[in-house]
Amino acid sequence: MRHIISLLMENEAGALSRVSGLFSARGYNIESLTVAPTEDATMSRMTIVTSGSDEVIEQIYKQLNKLIEVFAVMDLSEGEHLERELMLVKVRAVGAAREEMKRMADIFRGSIIDVTDKTYTIQLTGTGNKLDSFLQAIDRSLILETVRTGASGIGRGDRILKL
Amino acid sequence: MELTGAEITIRCLQEEGAQYVFGYPGGAVLHIYDALFNQDQVKHVLVRHEQAAVHAADGYARSTDKVGVALVTSGPGVTNAVTGIATAYMDSIPMVIISGQVPTYAIGEDAFQEVDTVGITRPCVKHNFLVKDVNEIASTIKKAFYLAKSGRPGPVLVDIPKDISNQKTGFSYPSSVSIRSYHPPQHNDAGQIKSAVQLLLEARRPMIYSGGGVILADASRQLTELVHLLGFPCTNTLMGLGGFPATDSQFVGMLGMHGTYEANMGMQYCDVLLAVGARFDDRVVGNVKHFNQEKRKIIHIDIDPSSISKRVKVDIPIVGDVAKVLDSMLAELRSRKEILDKQAIAPWWAQIQEWRGKNCLFYKKSNEIIKPQSVIEKLYEVTRGDAFITSDVGQHQMWAAQYYKFDKPRRWINSGGLGTMGFGLPAAMGVQLANPDAAVACVTGEGSIQMCIQELSTCKQFHLPLKIIMLNNRYLGMVRQWQQFFHGNRYAESYMDALPDFIKLAEAYGHVGIRVEHPSDVEPALKEAFGLKRQLVFMDFITDPTENVFPMVQGGKGLSEVILAEDL
Repeated sequence: MRHIISLLMENEAGALSRVSGLFSARGYNIESLTVAPTEDATMSRMTIVTSGSDEVIEQIYKQLNKLIEVFAVMDLSEGEHLERELMLVKVRAVGAAREEMKRMADIFRGSIIDVTDKTYTIQLTGTGNKLDSFLQAIDRSLILETVRTGASGIGRGDRILKL
Repeated sequence: MELTGAEITIRCLQEEGAQYVFGYPGGAVLHIYDALFNQDQVKHVLVRHEQAAVHAADGYARSTDKVGVALVTSGPGVTNAVTGIATAYMDSIPMVIISGQVPTYAIGEDAFQEVDTVGITRPCVKHNFLVKDVNEIASTIKKAFYLAKSGRPGPVLVDIPKDISNQKTGFSYPSSVSIRSYHPPQHNDAGQIKSAVQLLLEARRPMIYSGGGVILADASRQLTELVHLLGFPCTNTLMGLGGFPATDSQFVGMLGMHGTYEANMGMQYCDVLLAVGARFDDRVVGNVKHFNQEKRKIIHIDIDPSSISKRVKVDIPIVGDVAKVLDSMLAELRSRKEILDKQAIAPWWAQIQEWRGKNCLFYKKSNEIIKPQSVIEKLYEVTRGDAFITSDVGQHQMWAAQYYKFDKPRRWINSGGLGTMGFGLPAAMGVQLANPDAAVACVTGEGSIQMCIQELSTCKQFHLPLKIIMLNNRYLGMVRQWQQFFHGNRYAESYMDALPDFIKLAEAYGHVGIRVEHPSDVEPALKEAFGLKRQLVFMDFITDPTENVFPMVQGGKGLSEVILAEDL
């Protein structure tokens, strides 16, 4: 089953490699991993999307907690949470496709952030599913480039991951 | 007064009470060696290979309750040390490794003897640090010792670039340490302890299974009390031998792949299992599916939450320091009004006696050829069961574990998790330095000993009167055994040809060598060797090359699917 795990750790050189090394050494999946400093620059917040049986997820949780530089771990998917991902798609936008592409971007509440006479670059945010749907909805042959951030997640309401 | 980073490093070791540092000099640690030279509080033991430095620090730590310290240079110094670090990591041994690094300005430029030490060692240390500021050396070393010893112990590496060890700053050693993201479990849960004790009192087929955690937590007194109070059978893992006295009537022997029949059957068919500082690893419970076929309730005490329910699902997990948890269990047990019904477990003991009746450690004695098991039995007699025994890895290791009855903790020193050949001799050096008046023997084979044999030179330099008990069967015995059982007698590369004359070799290093070829000479030779209190004696026992280790639960099989000597 897919799980989205949040963790708070020291913003130290090498901290990311301790996490990614743990996943590769123990054979855990990483679907996506995002990391950036928090409002307190000495700490980083990481969101990892992974999958595995309940036993594997329990081990991932415990092994992450065991890392010396990790403050706290939360399996967001155990409760109400929000997740968002950002995608930039560069598409060919000429002729009839130019209007169609703008219309699709509007439908998906995307915005066009760069325009040339032949291309648009569309910015979209949402769940991973929504971004997938957009890519399926447009003419695949027009896609020149896509780049996605991977999911960032946060608990709803009172579910707070803080030191 | 300002000190250099190197001087600060040594001052930190002094403050931590480090008696010995095991190491090997090189370019990146020259400043640190200079600082060592100018003091005599911390003694340096010059090994002949960095792997041995770490094993020696490891043996020192295992035979005491102290943190071992190793010092190596950058690049190959570190890569040589990695085997030792991984060995300590797998067995959770508290250790601090100080490594030199190329100067900060050269890092990343593929400088001479540069290696990404923090990267290479990351998967086999509890934690590691690269110190980039001379002002952080003291606090980092303080943290390193704290991390190594607290919680689940383990090796911690501190990498110090050469320019940092030469810069100057003021020195004050922090009196306390706190790491805001690190809080080893301290408490234990009273509710869980009550439930655990209740379950133990209701058990009809109980078993207590303890591992290295009992040794590391110095909890063998509590464990022994608990086992006696409950009247239950107790088994130890390879790492846990000595945690409960082997000569006690409630001891059913070691369990696992080469464990006794009674221990393994008891594990398989018990109704309540109390696991103490052990981790249900593959060499202990074998096939988990097979193990889970029998219904039993499991209580698991461990300081590391990730060890609990990792391979085997546990009913009552108790996270905490094993000694403290056992203290609480003892108190709870003594406060209970109900008297333990020892009659209720009498049928279970009768069953265990029946299993014991198999006499699974039986082997055919011989007057013609030396049986390796008999050497260990004689070693036990000659040393009155009171020696420190280190071992390498293979058949000799299993025989030592099976036939030397360890009554005290920290007497059995072996590489259980990683299974590192070459561990025994350097580990014995650390043990002997920590216990200068004790008898220390290294049980080894002609394969393993050659992996770190250069340390005979270190033993000479530091006057270490070790007794090397080499069971020489001319085969990589455990490999040969598996090839015999599972690979149709095809002995691919397991026969060792062109062995050196170990007696001459020992003599060349300035030691005494004794070759023993006849069973009747075993005991007198051992007595002679242990009588030479000030000399290292290298004993070459020419043993039966076809002898196998029994019982055996082969990899992937269940604990009750055991092969006994009589089955073949």
